[in-house]
Amino acid sequence: MNNTLLTMIPVVGYLALSFAIALWAKKRADSNKSSLGFIEDYFIGGRSMGGFVLAMTIIASYTSASSFVGGPGVAYRLGLSWVLLAMIQVPATFLTLGILGKRFAILARKTQSVTISDFLRARYKSDTVVLLCSIALLVFFMAAMVAQFIGGARLFQAVTGYPYIVGLVLFGITVVLYTAIGGFRAVVLTDAIQGIVMVVAVVVVLFAIINAGGGMEQCISTLKSIDPGLITPTGPKNSVPEPFILSFWILVGLGILGLPQTTQRCMGYKDSRSMHYAMIMGTLIIGFMILCAHLSGTLGRAIIPDLPAGDLAMPTLIVELLSPMWAGVFIAGPLAAIMSTVDSMLLLVSAAIIKDLYIHYKCGGDASKMTPVSLKKMSLYSTTVVGFMVFLAAIQPPDLLVWINLFAFGGLEAVFLWPIILGLYWKKANATGAIASIVVGVGAFFILTIMKPAMGGVHAIVPTTMLALTAFIAGSYAGRPVDKHVVELFWGARQ
Amino acid sequence: MNKKTHDWRFAQANKEALLALGAYALYFVWWYVSAYGLGDGNPEQYSYVLGLPEWFFYSCIVGYPLLTVVLWIMVRFFFKDMPLDEELPDEDGQAAPSAELINASQANQTDQIEPAVEFKESA
Repeated sequence: MNNTLLTMIPVVGYLALSFAIALWAKKRADSNKSSLGFIEDYFIGGRSMGGFVLAMTIIASYTSASSFVGGPGVAYRLGLSWVLLAMIQVPATFLTLGILGKRFAILARKTQSVTISDFLRARYKSDTVVLLCSIALLVFFMAAMVAQFIGGARLFQAVTGYPYIVGLVLFGITVVLYTAIGGFRAVVLTDAIQGIVMVVAVVVVLFAIINAGGGMEQCISTLKSIDPGLITPTGPKNSVPEPFILSFWILVGLGILGLPQTTQRCMGYKDSRSMHYAMIMGTLIIGFMILCAHLSGTLGRAIIPDLPAGDLAMPTLIVELLSPMWAGVFIAGPLAAIMSTVDSMLLLVSAAIIKDLYIHYKCGGDASKMTPVSLKKMSLYSTTVVGFMVFLAAIQPPDLLVWINLFAFGGLEAVFLWPIILGLYWKKANATGAIASIVVGVGAFFILTIMKPAMGGVHAIVPTTMLALTAFIAGSYAGRPVDKHVVELFWGARQ
Repeated sequence: MNKKTHDWRFAQANKEALLALGAYALYFVWWYVSAYGLGDGNPEQYSYVLGLPEWFFYSCIVGYPLLTVVLWIMVRFFFKDMPLDEELPDEDGQAAPSAELINASQANQTDQIEPAVEFKESA
């Protein structure tokens, strides 16, 4: 058997497992008789996630191709400073769960919300808010999903030597089908497995690199002799200045609360213990994973110092250092990261189309007007169609991977962060404020990203977030006061 | 929270959210002080721990396990189990005890939630 085929064994085995899970999840969903029951099951898994699955699905939906290839690629060029930057992402899990907290879980149940849009509709009672959010979600998610597919297929190509299209077909079809068939249950269960695969993958590659470099001490001193900047917190030639790195505390640390694919998880856990467990375990696992992946990139420089582009670092290291079989295990890691991000987004896009647009406008917001069978069919079709559109777009990819992806990330934050947080914690937050914040936030983010005015190294998301907040507060004071029933519902008044 | 809040769960949830924010701030301070406090000098004069520069060892290798321990303590001592589904009775005095009953009954049902990779029937 040749090497490429050996590499494929773990990959194919892993893809097959994802299918098996989807079929199992479908069986579970089929047992639901009513339309509402089906929606709760397909889009939020009947709110039955335990702690481990919850931790893993938050991690998996958050980490993406960039955590395995892009990020370590930059760490290859900029050394330990970029690992330091990456570690800012560690609080992602506990912060999302902790800040949205039980309040969010309770309110999602009270209002029967299965997506962030449902929650926003219940809170702001405004079609405009939901429409803006749905459109933003569709646009940014489509862009991000295409970018993820491209990243995955390129990586696959680099490691296995098979053409781009083979990789794309293989995992593209897998992810679209298991998501369409299995819904939320399939998504989070595959996420859990994908999370485990990712952890194994990063450990394997890190050990291989330290080993090849002659131990940690040797690796570091080699790096120091290449460029002492590689082992400082500010990077070679001060290329990671403090204002820049500090912006990431807002971009990835707090802003994760604005990512609908991650925040939606906080509606779906079973009980408060699951949440407690996930906060602790999730932090430990994500910290370990990010550390290993990025440190691999940095230390890889000590072994293969002269690659023309950082993005080549991880694929090259894998091919050079790991046996074909282990290379297959590693490649499954980033593929898993990609698939677990895409599946969550796919399902939310589908939910936006069906719930926020179709049911709301065609059925007057009442899902029970549709028969369970037609609802099932429609959910399945809409997930599949959206998935294949993304797939087709990725065949002739626009050459903007990192750019689109970063844009989508920041754009989602600009839209969702304040409406969610203030809706949850500020009684005066109203629809006018939310709309103002979305419009100003997205506008500011586009302008700042495209014009790139000098801001002393501060990332565009920082002023964006501040402007969006200001707009929200101003809008809320200008607009009509919040409906009494909403306040009672959201602030736990007497029944 | 003010007197309008009859649902004790919300007041507790707010407290927990603040605690999470506190842990975030704590992690930031640790990260910032150890990275820039220890790492700002000349790389020639760095000291090393387990082969890694001292600043990196403390900020990145030690930082996140330490955070995990802080979270464990926080959750263990300050977070409360609470039902997420039930509408609670609202009289101020009775809310807490009745909720505890629900808690207890829930706890019985869900004894081993910890590493539950698979879903349990809940519907």
